[in-house]
Amino acid sequence: MADTAAEQRVRAHPAIRLSGISKSFGAVRANRDIDLTVRKSSIHGIVGENGAGKSTLMSILYGFYQADSGTIEVDGKQVSIPHSQAAIDLGIGMVHQHFMLVHNFTVLENIMLGAEGAALLSGGMARARAELKRIEKDYQLEVDPDALTEDLPVGLQQRVEILKALYRGADILILDEPTGVLTPTEADHLFRILQRLREEGKTVILITHKLREIMAVTDTVSVMRQGQIVDTEPTAQTSVEAIAEKMVGRRVLLRVDKKPPRPGPVKLSVRDLTVVDSRKVPMVKNVSLDVRAGEIVGIAGVAGNGQSHLIETIAGIRRPTQGTVEMNGKTLDYDRLDPASLREEGMAHVPEDRHRMGLVLAFEENENAILGYHNSAAFGNGPFLSISAMREHARERIEQYDIRPPDCRLKTANFSGGNQQKIVLAREMERDPDVLLIGQPTRGVDVGAIEFIHRRIVEMRDAGKAILLVSVELDEIRALSDRILVMFDGKIVGERGAEATEGELGLLMAGVTDAESDRPAAPDLSMIDTTPGQAPAETQIPGERP
Amino acid sequence: MDFNATLLILDSTLRLSTPLLLAALAGLYSERAGIFDIGLEGKMLAAAFAAGAGASVTGSAYAGLLLGVLVSVIFGLVHGFASITARGNQIVSGVALNFVAAGATVLLGQAWFRQGGRTPQLSTDQRFLGSEPNFAAELRDIPIVGSIVSELVLGHSLLVYIAFIMVPLTWWVLFRTRFGLRLRAVGENPAAVDTAGISVTVLRYKAVIICGALCGVAGTYLAISQSGGFNNNMTAGKGYIALAALIFAKWKPVPVMFACLLFGFLDAAAIRLQGAELPVIGRVPVQFIQALPYVLTVVLLAGFIGRAEPPRAGGVPYVKER
Repeated sequence: MADTAAEQRVRAHPAIRLSGISKSFGAVRANRDIDLTVRKSSIHGIVGENGAGKSTLMSILYGFYQADSGTIEVDGKQVSIPHSQAAIDLGIGMVHQHFMLVHNFTVLENIMLGAEGAALLSGGMARARAELKRIEKDYQLEVDPDALTEDLPVGLQQRVEILKALYRGADILILDEPTGVLTPTEADHLFRILQRLREEGKTVILITHKLREIMAVTDTVSVMRQGQIVDTEPTAQTSVEAIAEKMVGRRVLLRVDKKPPRPGPVKLSVRDLTVVDSRKVPMVKNVSLDVRAGEIVGIAGVAGNGQSHLIETIAGIRRPTQGTVEMNGKTLDYDRLDPASLREEGMAHVPEDRHRMGLVLAFEENENAILGYHNSAAFGNGPFLSISAMREHARERIEQYDIRPPDCRLKTANFSGGNQQKIVLAREMERDPDVLLIGQPTRGVDVGAIEFIHRRIVEMRDAGKAILLVSVELDEIRALSDRILVMFDGKIVGERGAEATEGELGLLMAGVTDAESDRPAAPDLSMIDTTPGQAPAETQIPGERP
Repeated sequence: MDFNATLLILDSTLRLSTPLLLAALAGLYSERAGIFDIGLEGKMLAAAFAAGAGASVTGSAYAGLLLGVLVSVIFGLVHGFASITARGNQIVSGVALNFVAAGATVLLGQAWFRQGGRTPQLSTDQRFLGSEPNFAAELRDIPIVGSIVSELVLGHSLLVYIAFIMVPLTWWVLFRTRFGLRLRAVGENPAAVDTAGISVTVLRYKAVIICGALCGVAGTYLAISQSGGFNNNMTAGKGYIALAALIFAKWKPVPVMFACLLFGFLDAAAIRLQGAELPVIGRVPVQFIQALPYVLTVVLLAGFIGRAEPPRAGGVPYVKER
């Protein structure tokens, strides 16, 4: 594209220039003296661990919070952004990680909300419909304006969020962790949309913790650590390893080192398992699988395709509608067994959502460290708990699992996500189970802790445990599993070895089964693999999800 | 049952469902905005007292109405302050206001009027009473249609007409105006409203004010239209029945009207059936008939309508997340 004089004048000012931005929440300094310049018509990535201050910074830019100090310039003019409406007026739009959509509104109603035009809806609605058509055509973002939002798949809901911002005339679009809920194919599609927006002159700020996305789609990348920007570089001149090191502040081993598996006898055997949820909708359909001693079987799939129901049913939390589960060759009678007796039989379960099922956040650490095992003679006498035994036990675990801060009397809510997860893992692993069910082991966990948790899981495998792993992070599944099963719509649609590529798993996750993908017209997934600076396939950071 | 008896029952159905309808629509505005309101009962009671006292002191029904609405709106604002600004528990706040209303009306009534908590009996010109237009008598000569129109449509108190006009009006506000779109949004996902640059707080306060005003009309109707003054605890659980009707109707205006008509009909039938002889069963005990609306409420809510899904953000104070 030839630079005309007009374009050069437009480019003279950066889209956004932040200078000396600081923000504290009580004693926590979320942002410290941040300088950031975002060039016009570029895609600028911001990476950092959980709690590095990315979201706070963007919330300041979108008027959710006020900075304690510092200045904001938009298009070369110094501005103040006291509320979201001011940000919208300045042409800043934001796509939040948790979509800000009203579930029972139509797409059109969601897009109009806050920009209705007049007190009566009818006129504004016609105008919005026409304007939406134009935007859809310009950016190739088709959505049925009359569809009910909750009926749309998440990829389309996200598109509605983008349309919302564009409808309000956004020139600068902030996307906060946009790919957490998307399949790899949907993520690729999003990246194409972002590139299209850049071509049309929009500026995009992409917040993510997934380094491959940064490499695949951004022009410039800024790394945040502990509330500061530690580096800003053109993406083409950096590498995944370099960014990861800057994020964590030390060298990280991105690859999970593991020896080839030595599978033993079948420890867990599931046959024709069907699970129906409370609305009588079948969530797991005729699933059969085996897990052998000394192997990790990973279940990949987009969230909500039955993985949660499967693992919870095996753990005895839900009742199976049909089918059997055998452990150590014995059929488990779920009418008789509850999760507590299953634990005694040698099954441990790390639940997917530690806040909902794994921990009581208001308890002290040492109390959570024995939950589920609190009837054990080791921790008490009859109806009484032995506080000293509990604390002694907790101190040992804290040391073994490097739980920080090392204080067994601290309220569990005050530990970081990674350390909370370690509390759960320590509890479930140290009881020497035969079968270990692990759901989302590193959701909302920092890179450093991920490394530790992955090593522990592999150690358990090498110690001859049968491990069934459920994760929505495809990278994590690929890094840890010896065999990969893909679930879609409650069924297992394919099995792959550890060497399976992201592309082929992505297709399975989208429900394209083996029979169908043999046909020639497979979707084009080449984009992500051909981007310059792309990391080698085995290098990956499975991620946090705050 | 003959034709005229049926007409009479339907006529009193309209009158008995009026306070339910006003209160249920009041609750609809509040709950659609995400503020649960178990305090409909208390607001109605306070408004009934204010209206009764106001009408008797000033001698004007309209002054009574104004006072009733004013007091009810103040109650609504207290509930709003507790649940929007102070982010308190909405059920606790609502229940507390019900107790305040139950206690304060009797206490003040006794202190001011010395009639055991009642307000003085009002004369007819101090009340909202229906009057039949001149052509009503002529209409009655037309067979069937004439008597239906004159009995059911004409001759009600002004407040009855207000209640039933509020139904299409509420529908129109909710689904055809900007305010309605935002009101529905803030009850489902206040964060969506906030990020769209609209104040959640202002919207919700508007909703509780409307709720207070409608409860005020409902209470006024009880005290100075249906009765000739305020009586101790004269709402007698109507606020709760209205709440039940609201849930039964899944927070939609037109179904709310039918739910209220159903409860009103049961009430009317109960009065009519007292002492009546039914075939096979014989004489039905009065207590059974009186309990019928409540029994039906439980049955309807427990099994008949399936899952009623309330507005998603209902009952939850909005806090900007970090």
